[in-house]
Amino acid sequence: MLEMQAVTKAFGDNTVLDHVSLEVARGEMVCLIGASGSGKSTLLRCLNLLEPIDDGAILLDGQDISEPGLDPDPVRRRIGMVFQSYNLFPHMTAEENVMLAPRRVRGRTRADLRPEVAELFARFGLGDRMQHYPDQLSGGQQQRVAIVRALAMRPELMLFDEITSALDPELVGEVLDVLRQLRGEGMTMVLATHEMKFAADLADKICFLDAGRIAEQGPPSQIFEAPQKARTRAFLSRVL
Amino acid sequence: MTVHPDTEAVAPAAATGRTRRQAYEARVRRRSTAVAAASTALVVLAIVTLVPLAPGWEAVKRSFFNGEVFAQTFPTLVQAFLWDLAIFAWSVPMITVIALAVALARDARSPALFPLKLFGMLYTDIFRGIPVILVVYLIGFGIPGLGLPRPWNSPYIWGTVALVLTYSAYVAEIFRSGIESIHDSQRAAAASLGLGRADTMRYVVLPQAIRRVVPANMNMLIALQKDVALLSFIGPVEVLRQAGVFKSLLANFTPYVGAALIFLAVTIPATRYADYLMARQRRERS
Amino acid sequence: MTRTTLLSGAAALALSATGAAAQNACTTGNTIEDGVLTIATGNPAYYPWVMNDDPESKEGFEAAVAYAVANEMGYSDDQVVWTRSSFDQAIQPGAKNYDFNLQQFSITEARDEVIDFSVPYYSAAAAVLTRQPTADAGATNSIESLSGLKWGAAASTTAPTMIENLIDPEDPLLLYDDSADVVEAMKANQIDASLFDLPTALYLSAVTLDDGVLVGQFPPALSENPDQFGLVLAEGSPLKTCVDAAITALEQDGTLAALESEWLAGATGVPVID
Repeated sequence: MLEMQAVTKAFGDNTVLDHVSLEVARGEMVCLIGASGSGKSTLLRCLNLLEPIDDGAILLDGQDISEPGLDPDPVRRRIGMVFQSYNLFPHMTAEENVMLAPRRVRGRTRADLRPEVAELFARFGLGDRMQHYPDQLSGGQQQRVAIVRALAMRPELMLFDEITSALDPELVGEVLDVLRQLRGEGMTMVLATHEMKFAADLADKICFLDAGRIAEQGPPSQIFEAPQKARTRAFLSRVL
Repeated sequence: MTVHPDTEAVAPAAATGRTRRQAYEARVRRRSTAVAAASTALVVLAIVTLVPLAPGWEAVKRSFFNGEVFAQTFPTLVQAFLWDLAIFAWSVPMITVIALAVALARDARSPALFPLKLFGMLYTDIFRGIPVILVVYLIGFGIPGLGLPRPWNSPYIWGTVALVLTYSAYVAEIFRSGIESIHDSQRAAAASLGLGRADTMRYVVLPQAIRRVVPANMNMLIALQKDVALLSFIGPVEVLRQAGVFKSLLANFTPYVGAALIFLAVTIPATRYADYLMARQRRERS
Repeated sequence: MTRTTLLSGAAALALSATGAAAQNACTTGNTIEDGVLTIATGNPAYYPWVMNDDPESKEGFEAAVAYAVANEMGYSDDQVVWTRSSFDQAIQPGAKNYDFNLQQFSITEARDEVIDFSVPYYSAAAAVLTRQPTADAGATNSIESLSGLKWGAAASTTAPTMIENLIDPEDPLLLYDDSADVVEAMKANQIDASLFDLPTALYLSAVTLDDGVLVGQFPPALSENPDQFGLVLAEGSPLKTCVDAAITALEQDGTLAALESEWLAGATGVPVID
């Protein structure tokens, strides 16, 4: 479904992604692991065209979406993204946050959206939080609203950028449960994460990034139990 | 078992339902209130007793604080001030709209819109660089002088245009600073949902930016309320001009004091409110 | 040695003082600077009151009157020093930097409480200044016709009050800082008409406005409160009696009338408002 071909991205002299190639099949869950600054976030932002790539190509269902000058909006509508710091719109209620894009981009009305939005909120345990403003919600609730907001556009692919990193430890579980639920529903997902146990349990594929390169990728069993590269072993020994 | 002297002090505080810290802070507050009151009273007393001792005080009192003149002129001044309020009231919506448009023009990123951006830049530079009174004169007399028919040459119209153009330049810069203060992550979040640039600006960035610059704009509004008086130079008999007429009629400056009081009655509450908003915003962000 | 010098010096001073006093009681001790008469006028001062904004030339009605008054009081032309002042400076409390001030100050009762006025040196007719298009549109010298015009005036003059009292226009009056701004508003067609003292109105219609017309005048004798110009002195000024005596003398010997016809000629021929 999604294919990165030798994607290279630099900020000035600092090469953040160095010939990264990666494939994500429909329904697959891919976890990106690696130290801070290894390029996980930039990789996700490139997939969503928030950052233009310097070289290589990104194909979505065979179409090159990395073509310079391409209108990014239609692509972004097919790819949902959730950020580490939630990035909810603070001046809107949870419900308005979720409805904004479907209304403006898909031209749908509030009344028309209400049942399915309510259903989404209910599905992720937020049924009584729809009229709350972001600053009235806990971090875990805000992050779940952010997920609901992305899902409301009915994306084919979801990107999660360290979405539990800013949360207090006791709130991490409720957000991971949401990911589990999505996984169960067959959503195609790419995650940058530090939750190794979660990645080991659920991912189809683990990618270990090191200094902008994919040092090693494969099924969790291979990466976590029999890593081939010394760097992978060194990283895992630090985080596990 | 020995009783520590402190425990006695603790007991009554606990009895009133306050912690030791609260009791201490209340004591400090009471003391500083007393000091502030005493020093204020002292200063006021000094002014009230010393100023009348000045040799010219009687003359100053007669021409600046003349109760008779005040009573005679104040009602008319208040009536004239209605003009100031009216001009202010119809200027504010226009300033808001134009300032927003200019702020957005200066934010334009597409190369096709470069002339717009350039215009926005020139506009804000020029109108922030000229004293308001000059703009009032040049536009208030100059444009009607081109030969506009009545009522389109009214000094009320062109005086308002002068104020609106000047203040829009300042307010546009305030809006722009507000727009720039919205974190990029908000734009990224909107973009990731497939919202276009215009929608992102309209629904995500602007509502937050405008809210953020409300205190700064309040200060501009207070300044505007005062500068409305500059329209008197091109004809309208608003409060400043009315006070001037009384001044030359009665050869007495008390009407100016009356006009000042009227302005203060409006601007002091507004200033306090702006400060309150600013303080609240600081609390919210911390 | 020292003592004698001092004494003789003091004696000399006393002598010269008595000598001056004997000459004229108005030339000593009562002016800001002894032996010098400091006279203030506007900044700028206008035609035909002061020609070319240069009062020392003695040209212009007020410049000429000032020197005539000074001479009458016993000052030579060389003892006259000019300064400038605004209307506000003239009426604000505190010390003044002039002995008297003349710039078409109208004498009013209220003003008289704060400052001292001399007896009048000129009684001005008030004239209505308009432009040719307004006259062509049918403005005449009747109150009825005049009250339908849009009026403006210089705010610190007695004109606003006169307009309200004598003409009572239908539209609200617009007010300006000085006659130059009034003319500017007239050129911009924001106002139709204004009221000035006749000499000023003549000047404005002849020089400043291309198409100025005087449609009528309120002669001083006919109006209830003729606009009379007086010299302004500080409240309680000891010079007042000297100045009044000088002006009265100038009036009686026909000097004022002569100066008027020399500098303010042309004030005739403007129709009277009825």
